[in-house]
Amino acid sequence: MDFIVSLSAATLRVATSILLAAIGETYTERAGVLNLGIEGTMFFGAFVGFYVADISGSLWSGLLAAIISGILAGLLMALFSVSFGVNQHVSGLGLTLLLSGLSLYAFRLRYGGLATPPSIEPFPQLRPFGDLPILGPLSEQYLLTYLTFLVIVPLAWWILYYTDFGLKLRAVGENPEAVDAAGVNVYAIRYAALAIGGGLMAAGGAFLSLAQLGAFTHGIVSGRGWVAIALVIFGNWDPFKVTLGSLIFGGTFALQLRLQAMGLQLPIPYETFLALPYLVTILALVLAGRNASYPAALLKPYRRE
Amino acid sequence: MDNIIEMQAITKRFGPVIANREVNFSLRQGEVHALLGENGAGKTTLMRILYGLYHPDEGMIFVRQQAVRIHSPKDAIALGIGMVTQHFALVPTLSVAENVVLGFTGSFRLRYAEIEEQVAAAALRFGIDIDPSAIVGNLSVGQRQRVEILKALYRNAKVLILDEPTAVLTPQEVDALFETLRRLQKEGLSVVFITHKLDEVMAITDRVTVLRDGQVIETVETAHTSPSALARMMVGRETFGVSRRSSMEAGAPALQMVGLHALDDQNMPALKNINLTVRHGEILGIAGVGGNGQRELAETLSGVRPPTAGRILVGEHDVTGGSPADFTAAGVGRIPSDRHKGVVGELSVAENLTLERLMEFTKGMTLDRAAMLAYAEDLIAQFQIKARPTDPIRTLSGGNMQKVLLARVLARNPKVVIAPQPTRGLDIGATDYVREQLLAQRKRGAGVLLISEDLDEILALSDRIAVIYEGEIVGLLPAQEATAEQLGLMMAGAVKEEVNDV
Repeated sequence: MDFIVSLSAATLRVATSILLAAIGETYTERAGVLNLGIEGTMFFGAFVGFYVADISGSLWSGLLAAIISGILAGLLMALFSVSFGVNQHVSGLGLTLLLSGLSLYAFRLRYGGLATPPSIEPFPQLRPFGDLPILGPLSEQYLLTYLTFLVIVPLAWWILYYTDFGLKLRAVGENPEAVDAAGVNVYAIRYAALAIGGGLMAAGGAFLSLAQLGAFTHGIVSGRGWVAIALVIFGNWDPFKVTLGSLIFGGTFALQLRLQAMGLQLPIPYETFLALPYLVTILALVLAGRNASYPAALLKPYRRE
Repeated sequence: MDNIIEMQAITKRFGPVIANREVNFSLRQGEVHALLGENGAGKTTLMRILYGLYHPDEGMIFVRQQAVRIHSPKDAIALGIGMVTQHFALVPTLSVAENVVLGFTGSFRLRYAEIEEQVAAAALRFGIDIDPSAIVGNLSVGQRQRVEILKALYRNAKVLILDEPTAVLTPQEVDALFETLRRLQKEGLSVVFITHKLDEVMAITDRVTVLRDGQVIETVETAHTSPSALARMMVGRETFGVSRRSSMEAGAPALQMVGLHALDDQNMPALKNINLTVRHGEILGIAGVGGNGQRELAETLSGVRPPTAGRILVGEHDVTGGSPADFTAAGVGRIPSDRHKGVVGELSVAENLTLERLMEFTKGMTLDRAAMLAYAEDLIAQFQIKARPTDPIRTLSGGNMQKVLLARVLARNPKVVIAPQPTRGLDIGATDYVREQLLAQRKRGAGVLLISEDLDEILALSDRIAVIYEGEIVGLLPAQEATAEQLGLMMAGAVKEEVNDV
């Protein structure tokens, strides 16, 4: 029982960063833009968050700075993919390369000489249900995890389906001609979607450095951005189903950590466990992705004939 | 009568091409005004300028005597101008109500009950019959058009631009559209009606402006003109159209479909128990509203889409389940329905012409370029293609591209010609050419299966006409006995007959 409770608690923790990024990607893809800059934006957010928190001594300043940097990254993506009409694969991968390189470079400049990797005191975990059985340990989570699951996800759902902005955003991702003909600025909607998406992606990255690890390392994101893209497809561009996908990934991730920690004497290398969450994600994607209904205008830059 | 819209000396260039040259156009309050012309005459360009989708290089626009600059559809909508484009600007995954209010909700939060109520009220007020909660993707083309019109009226349009509104409608739907327009006209709506169909101009409009090569030929009162006068202005010559006939004895079966079933891309039944025979020396026309299985039929009959049941015979030869190459070898020639998918744009005319039979143009391991060019020269002369063999095919006009495709297929003298939508998007000259080629194939003795959504084309060319509706053949009759009304009823699913023509 303890095992299941601690596994569930860890699942929520691990799922948080990937869920933030995946919700961000949901916004951009629903508006018709595949943002492959997600991996780089998370990395950038992780670095900026850590750096600002380190020099200012305020974790919240770090988080805010990370979100702002993510919004800027999203706007840069918009400049290329929306305004200039550059192929979304090219501009997205370019953004990831740029932001990863930039973060590592800045990290070297600031912390290059240190023998031990720098660290900060991370966000504390809350425990609102104290020592109650099950609920107590399960509720021991970061504030950001609570915000993500209880605010960010329902809000995304509400915005997408119950607001004027969400209606325009979904319409832009399906048929931008219709939105243009209705007198709505297609570019403005896509810029907004990419800005929101970038902010969430960077917040996902900053969660890793400011909460989960309290440090910044080269492998801090390690493909979570790419997994998030897979989860968006798995979740059929619906915030709640995307949440389900992130829990599957988080659960497998937490499970493999525990399997490793058990120190089982198995004739397989420990890397096999590390690969497990990614394999499960691929499997889930293969099973669910066949019926995926992609936003019809995804990948298509909008131009008036 | 006051002019609600005046466009003065409008010129629009796309690179070296002049789409509109000093065009003057005026629209009176409460009139239905036709913009008549061939494809590429500049009708749509002119109206896209009025709707803010293009910006004129020169010229002035006045709305209610005020000079205006229309930068975007948003400006046009604010001025009371609405446009229903040829390709509907609707989002298929959204409901009717969501599409209607898109960009015009007035509040950040959407209250679906209220929105649907408002849209239903507007539909009632304008006499447009539509369910606000229906998902647009499930609606017929005629219903979608009504959504588009409602969308414009909901935005308080006083001027409604319709771009070839009848191209995709059944005759009954056309009648309903005209009725709606007459009612709205009485309430003071002004309508611009873009078309190249003369009978519609005569039926519904008050005045006509004829465009040719981007220039206004004349604006006339409909009551003071005639179809032949308009045709002359439109094409610059007196007569057009192909003359069919010299009835021929239909020969042996060239292509037989026996109990044919097939699925569409969503694995839903698209063809249901088709039993038809195309004979040598006849054109069998398949009439029907788009999306009733025409695409699947053409694909099944060329080996692209495997049937789930039934047999396909070419002559005596059973090709059921064969690959496209097997169908080609058996003597089936298909003219692709989408020109741009049927050619490889970056390759030259000669390469496209020989693409399907490269084996015949190889020497050892390499292509015999000289033979390919010579072969292309031959076909270019024979099919009057205006291009050189080395031109990349994407640089050709739609008509010439279609000629290349015709040449590629017909040069093999196929026993069966499958022609899905062979003239879609072509202007009158190129359309005539394609139709003449199909008649020539019939004369040569080939069996021609003509699949077309254009009823006039079906009536003009076919010896016998079958009607497809929701994947079934619901009627089959000799062309002499067919009338547009009767076919229209069948196309709309109102009349069904069991057809077994094997």
